[in-house]
Order: sequence, then C-alpha cells, then structure tokens
Amino acid sequence: MKVAVLKGGSSLERTVSLRSGARVEDALARLGHEVLPIDVGADLVERLQTERPDVAFVALHGRGGEDGTVQELLELVGVPYTASRPGACIRCMDKVVAKHALRDAGIPTPDFYAFSQAAFEELGAAKALPAIEERLDFPIVVKPAGQGSALGIKFASRAADVPNALVSAFSYDAKVLLERYVPGRDLAVSVIEGPDGPQALPVVEAIPTEEDFYDFESRYEIGRTRFVCPADLSPELAERAQELALATWRVLGCSGFARVDLMTDGEDLTVLEANAIPGLTDTSLLPLAAEAAGIGFDEFVTRVLDLAVQRTSV
Amino acid sequence: MTIDETPGGRPPSSAHEIERYGGLFAKRTRGMTSSAMRDMMAVTARPEVISLATGLPDTTTFPAEDFAWLMARVAVDSSAAALQYGPTDGLDDVRRCIVEVMAAEGTEVEIDDIMVTTGGQQVIDLVCRAFLDPGDVVVAEAPTYPGAVPCFNSFQADVVQIAMDEHGMRMDVLEETLARLKREGRRPKFIYTIPNFQNPGGVTMSLERRRALVKIAAEQELVILEDNPYGLLRYEGEPLPTLYSLDGGRYVIYLGTFSKILSAGLRLGWTAAPKPILERMNLGKQAADLCSSPLNQYFVAAYFQHRDWRTYLTQLRTIYRRRRDVMLAALEEYFPAEATFTRPQGGLFLWATLPDYLDTTDLLARALREHVAFVPGRAAYLDGRGGSEMRLNFSGVNEDEIREGVRRIGKVIAEQVALYGTLTGQKPAPKRGADVVEFRRREAS
Repeated sequence: MKVAVLKGGSSLERTVSLRSGARVEDALARLGHEVLPIDVGADLVERLQTERPDVAFVALHGRGGEDGTVQELLELVGVPYTASRPGACIRCMDKVVAKHALRDAGIPTPDFYAFSQAAFEELGAAKALPAIEERLDFPIVVKPAGQGSALGIKFASRAADVPNALVSAFSYDAKVLLERYVPGRDLAVSVIEGPDGPQALPVVEAIPTEEDFYDFESRYEIGRTRFVCPADLSPELAERAQELALATWRVLGCSGFARVDLMTDGEDLTVLEANAIPGLTDTSLLPLAAEAAGIGFDEFVTRVLDLAVQRTSV
Repeated sequence: MTIDETPGGRPPSSAHEIERYGGLFAKRTRGMTSSAMRDMMAVTARPEVISLATGLPDTTTFPAEDFAWLMARVAVDSSAAALQYGPTDGLDDVRRCIVEVMAAEGTEVEIDDIMVTTGGQQVIDLVCRAFLDPGDVVVAEAPTYPGAVPCFNSFQADVVQIAMDEHGMRMDVLEETLARLKREGRRPKFIYTIPNFQNPGGVTMSLERRRALVKIAAEQELVILEDNPYGLLRYEGEPLPTLYSLDGGRYVIYLGTFSKILSAGLRLGWTAAPKPILERMNLGKQAADLCSSPLNQYFVAAYFQHRDWRTYLTQLRTIYRRRRDVMLAALEEYFPAEATFTRPQGGLFLWATLPDYLDTTDLLARALREHVAFVPGRAAYLDGRGGSEMRLNFSGVNEDEIREGVRRIGKVIAEQVALYGTLTGQKPAPKRGADVVEFRRREAS
C-alpha cells in the first residue's frame, strides 16, 4: 500500500511528532509498504490530492494534527486515516470538553472549573476566583485546555500565583482550567483497538528520578523519569485502571489507538486526560505498553492501518 | 537534527530502546536531555516565522562571486594541502591573520600563543575539558551565553552567575561571591565573561570594571575566559581594551572567531592563552577533532591575502547598526511601558525585561501563533531565573521583519499585561510613547 505519514507541522510538539513519524516510516518500510513522508504545511491538501495515498498514518501531535483539523481534511479529501475521527479528536484535545464528558458519565476526574479568556475580559470572571480557590484548595493546577504536552501547566500554591498561572495558560489556548491537585502516582494506560474491540494494554507508571515535584517538564524526559511496565500495582487496581481507560475511550468515542493518563492515590483512581494521538517514539509509553503485551511496533502499525482501511470500506 | 532526516538509517529494533540504552548513558548527559522549551524552539525555524531568536550573522551580505573565486584559488594553489589533515594548532598563515584581527582591537599577540579552533564554541568546550571535574565552580554573568549552558552542564559544572548592570558584571557581587566560595573552600576554575556587547545582555563591561576584573584574577590567581566574538562589531562609542591585553596574557584565555566578521559556516575560531593552558587545550583538541578543517583555513588565508577583510567588516557594521536602530525604535513604539530593554553599542543582541508576572517561555508559545520568535530568558540561566526576560537578535533578519517582529511581540505582551490587569484589577502603565507625544506637542505649540 502507499502510506502517507503525516508528521511535523507547526504545533509545539513538532519535534516529538517528527520522531513518531520517523519510527512509523521505518516500520512501514520493513512491512513492505510504499512510504510517503509528509511534513504537514500549506501544501498538505494539494499533496494528498496529487499523490493519492491509499491510507494516511497520522503521526501528528498537538494543535492542528491531534485536534480534528487534519482528520476533517482527510475525510474531505477521501483518504482513509489512522486513529480517532474528528469528533473524538476534538473531545480528547480539549481537556474541558473531555472532563465534562467524563464527569457526566460518572468517571472520576479531579474537580475543576474552566474559563475562556472572554469570561475574564467580558463577564468579570475574576470575581469568581476566590470562590474557586476556596473550593479546590491549594495547590491548584492551572492548565491550558488544548495543549498536549506539559507546556503551560502551572501549580499555584497560593492565591497570588493564580493570575500569573492563568496568563501563562492563556498563552496556549483561549480556554483554561483550574483543577484540584491530586497527589499520587502517575499512570498511563494505552488502548489499542483489535478485532474484538478495544484492548487496554498493561499499565505504565512514570516515576521521577529526581525531586522535581512541581516540574511537569521533567516527567517524560529520558533520564529524569523512569518508566515501569507493567506498573507495580495490585492486580485489582491495575484492572480498575484498565477498565477506567476503556470507559474513557468509549465516552470520548476513540478509535484505533489512544492513551489515557491517570493518577492513583492509594486505592483511588482518577482520569486526568486522554490523548488521541499519543507519542510513538522510541521513548514513548504506548509502544512500551504494547511491547509488554507482546505486540511489537510493526504489528501495532499493521493493526492500526488495517482498521483505518476497514473503517472506510464499511 | 531529528532522526527523521535519516530514514531507514537505523537497524530495525523491537525492544524498547530507552530501556536498552538508559542504563548505559553517562551521568553527565543527564543535563543534556531535550526539554519542552527546546522542542518549542524547533518551531521557530519554520519558514513562516520571523525569528528574532537566532544568533545568526547575515551571510547573504557576502558576495557569492568572491566566495567562488577564493575557493577556486584554494583549489589551484593548495589543493593537496587543503584536502589533507593539518596541524592541531592551525595553519601559520591563518594564525598570522588572527594576529592582524586581534591587533585591530589593540591586542598584541604572538602566533605561538594562538590555536585555531572549530568555531569559538570549541574554545569553551576545550577550556571545560582542561579545567573541570564534576562539581567544580565556574563563575559566569547573569544572564550568560545560552550556548555555553549545555557545555557547562555536560561537564557537570556548578555555575555561579553574577548580576550585571549597564557597566557589565558587577564587581561588588563578584567579590562577595568569591569571598563566600573561599569560605566554603571552593576555588572557581574560571570566570567566563563576554565583555563586549554581551550575549545575551547587550551590555559592555566598562574600562574600570575590566581593570578591576583583571586585578582580582591576578590577586586571587583565577583564570578568566574572555569570549569576544563581537568586539569588532561596534556601532558607537570608543573601543575598550580586551581583558587579554590588560592582563598581558597571564590569567586570561582569549576566545575569538571568524563567525561574525567573515562566516559562521567556516566554523573557525581561535584561542590565545598562556602556554601551559594552550598545551592542555591542544591535547584536548587532538582528542576532539585532531585539527580544524584545513580547507576552510586555506579559504581564510586566501581571503585575507586577496580581499580587504576590513571593508566587509565596515559593511557589516553599517547593516547591523541600522538594524539595531530599527529594533530600538520599534521597541519604543510597540513594547508596553512595563517592559525595559538594553541599548547595546554593538554586537547582535539586546535583552528585554518584562513585568515579573509574565513568563517568556509561555509567551513564546503565544508569539509563535503570531509567527514570531525570541529566546526565552531561562535559556541564559542555569538556576531557573530569567523567567520574565527575553533575548532579541537584530542581525539575522531585515529591517522590515525586525519592525514587524517587534510589533507582533509587543502586541502579545500588551495583551497579556491587559489580561493580568483584568485578573488582578491592576491598571496597565500608560503607553511608553505618551511622554514623547506630550513633548512633541509642546514643541509644536
């Protein structure tokens, strides 16, 4: 098959995307496919129209590639593509939409309040901040709604930190959320769709090697974080984490593959967010979890491509 | 470079590679991991982005026909030698050119005191190699050259940064710091400074401070690494003597480069240093790369023989001076009154400081949506400071782009200042231009 690999682009996660894309290209070449690497830009639609790939592997992360934009274009041009469709992409990328959906479905997620920039500028939302601070307790986590990586996530440990944290978060998105800080261990459950429906892979735990308690950036850096898979959890807890990941997948309507990030504090589990196109690099969590489940990277790529092609033929 | 550029270049693998190599990497590489900020910098290189983030000289100003003619000359005159290995210290002809360049700044030096290096950057690396054990103290300016940070990190240096003011590194702070270190029984291995048009601060060390620094070094027997890539790019004011010349080559290691006066692509720089230090650096260079490209060195020698390097330098000065002026005028016009910035007398950079509630790393994300980039201040500190500061380069893009780039950054800052005001009830300061307008009106009436 002629497979276009969409990667790069101008999102802040460009570098990671280029690495994900490169790894997918290697796998496709090994599998005997014709590979068409595309660093997405202004000529994307034109290239898809002239090159007419049989299927597109979307290895984009962040704004533009993971938020439904590219998926919508692919539907329009009529090229089958991997992973979630626009609706699920939008729901995953926008943490506010995702968390509302989770909460409505009874899936535990940390308490939160979300605001648009307009709410502050036009509706006097600043006056509501003290009430929020009272309800969430400090420290409060302030996040841009639509940023995939750790960029822009700030801890406010007292009221005076909140405005700065909000200004920072608004640098990334016109919508932000203030979320209750949940202590505990970082877990990630990747989900891959198979012939019998979605399959939750073994749980990965990210353990910081240094005392970077407040430093989100270090979480997924080589050398500063250690990944353990399967995570050292009781079988019951691991199973519940996987069930929550599957429930999240269903609520958000994901397809192909995705990754759900959770926290565990003792026996309590909460879902933080879902990633419609998680990293696929040598150091990413989904390939690590797939490996632990006996699914090699090539097999993963094959499965995902098959699903993409089947989806359009139905 | 990303792995992306060498598709299929790696052997197929099925095991999880991070686990495979993770335990093998040296501890010193820990400080060299990629960070979200560095990932973000990858986007600044996109063609649609006006990048005030680079430190690039404008190489389009070098005549292509001169380049072709000189390279042909090298091929005709020195083919075999240019294609061969060369001496570690560098070619004598090139070292003679260096004597001439240093003399232009009033610094006398013998060719035996000079070693040609692969860019000025290699001098920093070689000095670190020669002097640093893990945990050793290096003294640097605050902020310091962002390109030196990964080098210091990779040698696991404990970098102590000294505040600057408009006259450069503050000697009172330096003396206090040295006294404190002495009490702790720690002797700094070297003091790293960029006295002229400091990168990134844009400030120049005063003559008085230069004398004081050299005196402190001599009294306390401390080595200074004087990084002087921009000294000849002065647009106003009187040239000041180098630390190397003030010290007489006893405690100062001098770093020079052809990157800013000729071409950065040649990757040729040099060091002038006391003999015992030079010998150690020579050993380090043998291990690193044996010698710097003889082909490129022959090009430099031919250039100095057949062209007037000062003419090109004068031309560069004219171009960069104009660009600096355009940037300063644009900053006056477009940056809100809450922001301050330095006014460099030369070099390629200036340094802007925003209100402390703004984070320039996050601001960069917002600025990139407006297709403009700068270097967030944190890149110039090793201790997490600099969160509200930024470096702006005025040499790499043309005047229209400088004006437009500054306008876009100013717009984003103003937007965030206003948002902060909304969140806290604070009113933004009156527009910077207000006084000026007032003044002009009075003049007119």
